[in-house]
Amino acid sequence: MIPFGQVTGVAAPMMAPNIDTDVIMPKMFLKGVDRSGLGEGAFNLLRFSGGKPNPDFILNQDGYRDSCFLVVGPNFGCGSSREHAVWGLQQLGIRALIGTSFAGIFNDNCANNGLLTISLEAGVLAELAQAVTDSSRNDVTIDLAAQTIRFDCGRRSIGFDIEPDRKEAFLTGRDFIASTLVVADDIRAFEARHRAENPWIV
Amino acid sequence: MAGRTLYDKLVDAHVVRNLDDSGLVLLYVDRTVLNEYTSPQAFAGLRAAGRKVWNPKAALMVVDHVNPTAAQRTRAMPDRGAARQVDYFAENARDFGIEYFDILDPRQGIEHVVAPEQGLVMPGMVIAAGDSHTTAYGAFGALGYGIGTSDIEHYLATSTVRYRRLKTMRIHLTGAAPLGVTSKDIVMEVIRRIGADGATGYAVEFSGPVVSNMSVEGRIVMSVMIVEAGARGVVIAPDQKVLDYLKGRPRSPKGEMWERAARSWLTLASDSDARFDREVTLDVSEVAPLVTWGTSPDQAIAVTEIIPDPGQQAAPERQAAASRALNYMGLTPGLPIQSVPIDFAFIGSCTNSRIEDLRDAAEIFRGRRVAEGVRAIVVPGSTQVRAQAESEGLAKVFTDAGVEWRQSGCSMCLAMNDDVLKPGERCASSTNRNFEGRQGPGARTHLMSPAMVAAAAVTGHITDVRSLLRGARQ
Ligand code: SF4
Repeated sequence: MIPFGQVTGVAAPMMAPNIDTDVIMPKMFLKGVDRSGLGEGAFNLLRFSGGKPNPDFILNQDGYRDSCFLVVGPNFGCGSSREHAVWGLQQLGIRALIGTSFAGIFNDNCANNGLLTISLEAGVLAELAQAVTDSSRNDVTIDLAAQTIRFDCGRRSIGFDIEPDRKEAFLTGRDFIASTLVVADDIRAFEARHRAENPWIV
Repeated sequence: MAGRTLYDKLVDAHVVRNLDDSGLVLLYVDRTVLNEYTSPQAFAGLRAAGRKVWNPKAALMVVDHVNPTAAQRTRAMPDRGAARQVDYFAENARDFGIEYFDILDPRQGIEHVVAPEQGLVMPGMVIAAGDSHTTAYGAFGALGYGIGTSDIEHYLATSTVRYRRLKTMRIHLTGAAPLGVTSKDIVMEVIRRIGADGATGYAVEFSGPVVSNMSVEGRIVMSVMIVEAGARGVVIAPDQKVLDYLKGRPRSPKGEMWERAARSWLTLASDSDARFDREVTLDVSEVAPLVTWGTSPDQAIAVTEIIPDPGQQAAPERQAAASRALNYMGLTPGLPIQSVPIDFAFIGSCTNSRIEDLRDAAEIFRGRRVAEGVRAIVVPGSTQVRAQAESEGLAKVFTDAGVEWRQSGCSMCLAMNDDVLKPGERCASSTNRNFEGRQGPGARTHLMSPAMVAAAAVTGHITDVRSLLRGARQ
C-alpha cells in the first residue's frame, strides 16, 4: 500500500448520501485482469456526457480539477465489493476521503491500498464541507501523524480519530500479507486444533 | 457475565490471534468462493510475490458474472475483456490447484447459489469471499461476508483475514406475512425503515417466529439483501430445516460424521441473555408488497402507495438525493406507483433465482402472456436450478407465457455480460440493487419480489401481485 504522511491539496465536496461503488466505478471498467485504466473509469458516467467532460460534475469545475481529497456524504462506497473503485479513485489522484461514515468493505479496501478514510462528526464535517465549497478556501492539509486536518486557508484545524494499528499501517505503507506470514506458525496451530474440533470441515 | 451472540461465538471460534486491544483480530476463514472479475488482481499479486495458496482445497472458482445467458450455452464470452478474464481464471485454477466450475459445468451458477447447493456451506463456518452478498451463508448459521481483492489475496496466501469485530443487531420478525408478501418484501421493508446505512458497522441476526417458519431459501433472500442496509455479516441460528437442506448434498458430511456435525450445528445459537447493540422488531403482518421508486434500495414504498414528494425528506441532502433519484428514474411525485409502465422484466440474481422464486413467478405466469411491448427474461441462479425448473415444468410455463428462459449467471443484476438495458429503459427486477447505471447506463430499475416482477410483466406496468393472486383463485 501507498504510505500516507502529510498531504496538502484541494478538497472537493461531494455530499450526496449513499454514493455507491457502481457510481464510483461503472461496470464497463471491470473487465481487466490488472489495475490499469481505472482512472478513466472513476465516476465515468458522472464525469463525462456524450464523450465530453460534464460541466456539472464538481471535479470538472475550475478550482477542483486537481482535487486530492473528497469531502463526502454518509455511507460513501456502499454496494458492490469491487476494489476497482478504490484503485480508480487513487488513479484519479484522490489520497483521502473525509465523511461521517463509510461502507464496510469499501473502507477495508481503502485501508488495504493506502487511501485514507477519515470519519468526523456530522457538525464538524458540515463546517469543512462549507469551507471547501468555496473554491478560494478549498485547500486542506491532512497530517496523519498529528491526526489533524487544517482548512479554511489554515485558519481552522480539527483533530480526528484513527485506530492505532490502522494509523501505523498508513504511515508505514505496510505489506499486510508479509506481516501475517510472520505468524504462520500460529495459523498452523490454530488450523490443526480447529480441524480436530470440526472434522467435517476440509 | 452476559451471554454471547451467535455472531460473537463464530468470531471467537475463529480468532487466530488478537492484533490490538480494540477488536482487530486475525480471523481464520474456512472457505472462499472466487469469481472471475474480483479475483484476477489477487492471483496476479500472489504470482508477483511468488506466494502459494495456503489451502487450495478450501476454495472454489466459478464463472458467473461475465458469461452470457443465451439459451444455447457455449464457451464464447460476450467480449474480449470477459474472455481474457475467464481464460486467466482457468489458468489460475490450474496453476494454484483450485477446484473450478467452468461455464459448461453442470454445477455452474451464481456463486451464492452454487456453494449451498453443493453443500460447501456448513453451519459454524466463517466464509469470506470477493462479493458483498457472501452474507447469503448466514442463512445456514455460517458467518459469511464480502471482501475486496486485496483481502482475497491475503486470504489465499494465509487462510486468514484481518478483521475488525462488528457491532451486533438483532432483527426480530413477528406476526404472519399476508398473502403475496414474501421474504423479499420483508427484508425490503426492514431496509426502508432502517435506511441504506442502517446496518453499516453491524452484523445482523434474524430471529423470531417468522424466521423459524421461513424456508431456507427465504432466509437466504433476507441474508443476501440486508447487505443493502450496510450489514457486513448475517447469522441465523441453524435448525432442522437447515439440516434437511444440507443432508445428502455432494459435499455434506456423510454417515457417522453427519450425525456428529448435525448435533454440533444444532447447538449454534445466541445465548438467551445475549445483548445486542441494536434491536429492531417488525410485525410482518403490516407489510405489503414493496417496490423501489429511487436509486437506493431504501427508496421503497408499498405497491399501493404514491410516488413520494422529495419535500417530505427532512435533511436537505436527502431532499436533493430524492429529487435526483426521481429525475433519473423519470417519475413524477404524487402518481400511484402502480401506474408506471415497464419495458423489461428480469427474474434472476443471487437474491431471487432459486427454485422457490421461480415457482412463485411461474404461478403468476401460468395461463397468462407477457404484455405487448414488454420483454421478460428468467435467468436461473444455477444450472442445477435450471434443470430442476425444467423437470417441474416451470420452464414451459415461462416459455408459454412468452418469457425467455435463459442459462444461469448474474446477468442483468449487474449487466457485466451482454444482458444490458438501454438508456431510459425501465425494468421490474427481482435483484438487489437499483443504483444509477447498475443495469446499464441510464437504465431504470425497480426492485421487487419475483412474483411482483411477473405481475408487472403480464400487465405491462407495476402491479400489486395480490390482485392477480386473487384472480387466479376465483
Ligand atoms: S447476482 Fe448480482 S448481487 Fe448476486 S453475485 Fe451476481 S452480481 Fe452480485
